[in-house]
Amino acid sequence: MSKDERGRATRRGQPFLEEPEAKPFWASLREHKLTAQRCASCQKIFGFPPQSHCPHCLSNEFKWVELSGKGTIYSHIAYHRAWHPAYQDKVPYNVSLVDLDEGGRLVTNVVGLPPEQVKIGMKVEVIFEDTADFTLPKFQPAK
Amino acid sequence: MTNLSGKCAIVGMGETVVGKRPDATTNSLHLEAIKACLDDAGIKASQVDGLLTNQPLNDSHRSYATKLSHMAGIDPLFATDLALGGATPIAMVQHAVMAIEAGMATTVVCVHARKRSTADPSPGHPIRRGDEHWEEPWGHFAAAGGHAFAAARHMYEFGTTSEDLAHVAISTRYHASLNKNATLRKPMTMEDHQNSRMIVAPLRLLDCSLESDGGGAVLVTSAERARDFPKKAVSILGMGQHHPHWSLLDAPTLTTLGGKKSSETAYRMAGLKPKDMQFAQIYDCFTITALITLEDYGFCKKGEGKDFVKNGRITIGGQIPLNTHGGLLSQAHLEGQLHITEAVKQLRGNEVEPERQVKNAKVGIVSGHGGSLAMHATMILGAL
Ligand SMILES: [Zn+2]
Repeated sequence: MSKDERGRATRRGQPFLEEPEAKPFWASLREHKLTAQRCASCQKIFGFPPQSHCPHCLSNEFKWVELSGKGTIYSHIAYHRAWHPAYQDKVPYNVSLVDLDEGGRLVTNVVGLPPEQVKIGMKVEVIFEDTADFTLPKFQPAK
Repeated sequence: MTNLSGKCAIVGMGETVVGKRPDATTNSLHLEAIKACLDDAGIKASQVDGLLTNQPLNDSHRSYATKLSHMAGIDPLFATDLALGGATPIAMVQHAVMAIEAGMATTVVCVHARKRSTADPSPGHPIRRGDEHWEEPWGHFAAAGGHAFAAARHMYEFGTTSEDLAHVAISTRYHASLNKNATLRKPMTMEDHQNSRMIVAPLRLLDCSLESDGGGAVLVTSAERARDFPKKAVSILGMGQHHPHWSLLDAPTLTTLGGKKSSETAYRMAGLKPKDMQFAQIYDCFTITALITLEDYGFCKKGEGKDFVKNGRITIGGQIPLNTHGGLLSQAHLEGQLHITEAVKQLRGNEVEPERQVKNAKVGIVSGHGGSLAMHATMILGAL
């Protein structure tokens, strides 16, 4: 991870693994589990990004629960221009908004098919993409 | 509850030259806009007692309203930075009205400038939105992406096409072609739009707005004091805001945005309806933003924007001329500050090129839109 002149990590393009509220999310992904916070009071899924209090009822009691990893595409786009050098040879690539069955939405990639074949309403399931430092949840068409 | 409709007015406005301003700085552009505004209003900085500005995009400009006041020789009784992205310029005027009516200030400058086309070397660090680390790891980097999600969804729900969006870009470019202070003035054809390269599908290059240097300012005072100023005062008739989500991750929908409730509040305050509007200066960071806002503002039903923008309805001389200055798409992208100054000029009636003057303009609506399609502000202005 590169540092700026004040010694702060610059993470353009990378997840912020040390974000206190989100640490368990990134740790579970390392074990190939997609998790979210379930409110102990109203039982609803908090959604993303993780936060200290329930966005539905403001309770601060919750459990991290494993999700089914199934979801539906709310919308999808294809980047034809790379805003970051790491994507220079990846264009055009898909980015999708996936609504998870239990609640919560992720910005993610639907992979395993060309971007123009991705459709709104398509059922998808999670896959895990490991890098040296972190694991990203991505999605493929549900089997 | 007091109805603030018509209690305050805009009595001065200034615009800088826009486009590439390599020799300017963030500071100099703000000061240039303030100076133009005060000259237009015929007053000195010492007669101003309030200043509002948009939080700049670099952390060396903290508490910028106070800094800017003193750089300009203003001793403010009321000053603050607002941070509603492209909804800020309208929100500034709204806050000015509230401060004046609360008795905290009498004469308030609202100023916004940006240096985004050419480099602005600065000692500080850039300010970011704050949730990029939930988007960028999957390659989502740009405002174009967020708005492309809305466009794709609008296409899915209502059958809108890229050609439909082109009508917004073509009409706006036509208005820019008539505006001497516009960046892109060469008329655009449907072929130009459809042949422009894909940026983030379904949005093409010509669906995207500009990156600009420049700024603008307006001066707000009470309707009573407005009579003492030399130029025709423009009355603030209606105001509204709505911020229905923060990020793409908590947006309940991307096809109806904050403009619906924001405009309802503004229409109610003004006692006016969409059919009373003679022009619309609508935030057009992307073509889809303007199309959705026209629907949300009640000019047509939800989903009918794709047909509404055709047949000259949104062009000067049509039913509701849209962005008579050329908008963010073709004039300059200054977070909609120039949508406000353009509305003022239209209502004064003799300050724009005659070819793009709305005939006998008495009332019009202005929109601002910021963040990940998250924040919205509306203002209805009228000629006194
Ligand atoms: Zn709860």
